[in-house]
Amino acid sequence: MKLRTSALATATALGLALTGMAWAEPVEDTLTIETDDGQITMVTTAPAPAHLSDVMDTIYSGWHFRDAETRAMQMDDFDNPGMVFVDRGLDAWNAALGKNGESCAGCHQSPESMAGLRAVVPRVDEKTGKLMLMEDYINSCVTERMGLEAWGMTSKSMKDMLALISFQSRGMTVNVATDGAAAPYWEKGREIYYTRYGQLELACANCHEDNYGNYIRSDHLSQGQINGFPVYRLKNAGILSAQQRLIGCVRDTRAETFKAGSDELKALELYVASRGNGLSVEGVSVRN
Amino acid sequence: MTRQVILGATLSALMITPSLAAEIAPTDVTYVEGAIEASLTGVPGDPVNGKKIMTTRALGNCVACHPISTMPDVPFHGNIGPELNGAPDRWTEAQLRGIVANAKMTFDGTIMPAFYKTGTFIRPGAGYTGKAPEGPLSPILTAQQIEDVVAYLMTLKE
Ligand code: HEC
Ligand code: HEC
Ligand code: HEC
Repeated sequence: MKLRTSALATATALGLALTGMAWAEPVEDTLTIETDDGQITMVTTAPAPAHLSDVMDTIYSGWHFRDAETRAMQMDDFDNPGMVFVDRGLDAWNAALGKNGESCAGCHQSPESMAGLRAVVPRVDEKTGKLMLMEDYINSCVTERMGLEAWGMTSKSMKDMLALISFQSRGMTVNVATDGAAAPYWEKGREIYYTRYGQLELACANCHEDNYGNYIRSDHLSQGQINGFPVYRLKNAGILSAQQRLIGCVRDTRAETFKAGSDELKALELYVASRGNGLSVEGVSVRN
Repeated sequence: MTRQVILGATLSALMITPSLAAEIAPTDVTYVEGAIEASLTGVPGDPVNGKKIMTTRALGNCVACHPISTMPDVPFHGNIGPELNGAPDRWTEAQLRGIVANAKMTFDGTIMPAFYKTGTFIRPGAGYTGKAPEGPLSPILTAQQIEDVVAYLMTLKE
């Protein structure tokens, strides 16, 4: 800290631009979670995927950047307030919600049939060629197979279900596709990631690539990974989806945000997910 | 407070009152190697108000990024930017005015926002609402607020 300040002062005196100077100090710790079925150890630190090799060597879960108390809450399902939402999702899964009494369980059996899905979504659907968020998959069943109005992208029902479905992939390795049919969406997401939006003219990369490890006011900046989503956010005492987090971060640049489920935010979610290829799916994780 | 700011901006845009008429609008500012020689208002800055602006989120929010050791009473300083104590030992008043108004003129591509700029932005919003602005944008800080901040920075000689 001391050293950095003087280094900065010297460099600024020389008129050098200092963006790109990361001061990484993620906490060294291991995330082993006590679950009903024993312990799972998460991969929270991994070599950066090849597409990031120019900008970073190592990727870190956001868990490493939270304080000890918040980290601890995620280390035991009993203490993780997000589990309530997984349970609520399970109730909805089994309920005869459909127009003709259909339930998710009726067609998909146990939610465990969804294991592995969170790790590869967002992805381009083979049949339709469309980029699909988990929310889109859920809504296609809700509307086409259960005869209901679509659930709001950030509604309680949607987020409960996101929690339940993510939970089935906990500990599996994030591995979203960036090539093939996904390539144009991924490129678009990448462009958004590096665009300096809003009156503050800040890109995602300014904070989460150039400055992770640093503090912005009281917030310890992480790499902005989404492997932990949806997260239980202590501040809101509720579940926050990745789409909501992206919206919040765009808004905080004094920008006009994008809507949840818009083409832009779908592409951005795919791209951000791909920056975490190699980390474990952690949702539901805990954040302050 | 918000109302005063908006009023101030409107008045200065219309150039109604004589004292405000002397103000240099964001689009009329001349930067010489990043520095702004003359005061933006001709009215001396108020360092006490400057400090307030620097610690208020919706205004300067400088502490979000800068440690400022002369403000131990303010909790949680960020460390994205350098310590500001001693800034006037490194920069002249004109350079500091330029840095606060638009730091990009001094530090190419810096993360530090431009506080006295009205365009061009990509998808600017109405403050932190996430909505599109209604009508033209005001700079984040008014001309006098820039002068107030510069006045506070000038007190930071080590
Ligand atoms: C009437 C039967 C039916 C109901 C009811 C139903 N689904 Fe589906 N669901 C399907 C079918 C069929 C698919 C497509 C499977 C495929 O393409 O492999 C599918 C696909 C999905 C997928 C994508 C799975 C994948 O591996 O690509 C998700 C997620 C999903 N459903 C969630 C739900 C949820 C949540 C509910 C309850 C709110 C639900 N479904 C209700 C039949 C149903
Ligand atoms: C002004 C700095 C700033 C910018 C610009 C910014 N964010 Fe963030 N972001 C934060 C802060 C502060 C947090 C909360 C602490 C943390 O996890 O970094 C956060 C959190 C996140 C998280 C949650 C991480 C976790 O593990 O809980 C994600 C994901 C994220 N940001 C993505 C983005 C994306 C994508 C963009 C660009 C649209 C962006 N951010 C732009 C400051 C920023
Ligand atoms: C988003 C982060 C951020 C915010 C907010 C911010 N700055 Fe900066 N500032 C920086 C960075 C980073 C530098 C270093 C220059 C560079 O980017 O190369 C800097 C440099 C400076 C310098 C030159 C420091 C020196 O001694 O070399 C001054 C003076 C300064 N800022 C003042 C302010 C004031 C006053 C405010 C509030 C009105 C402010 N900054 C808000 C990030 C920020």
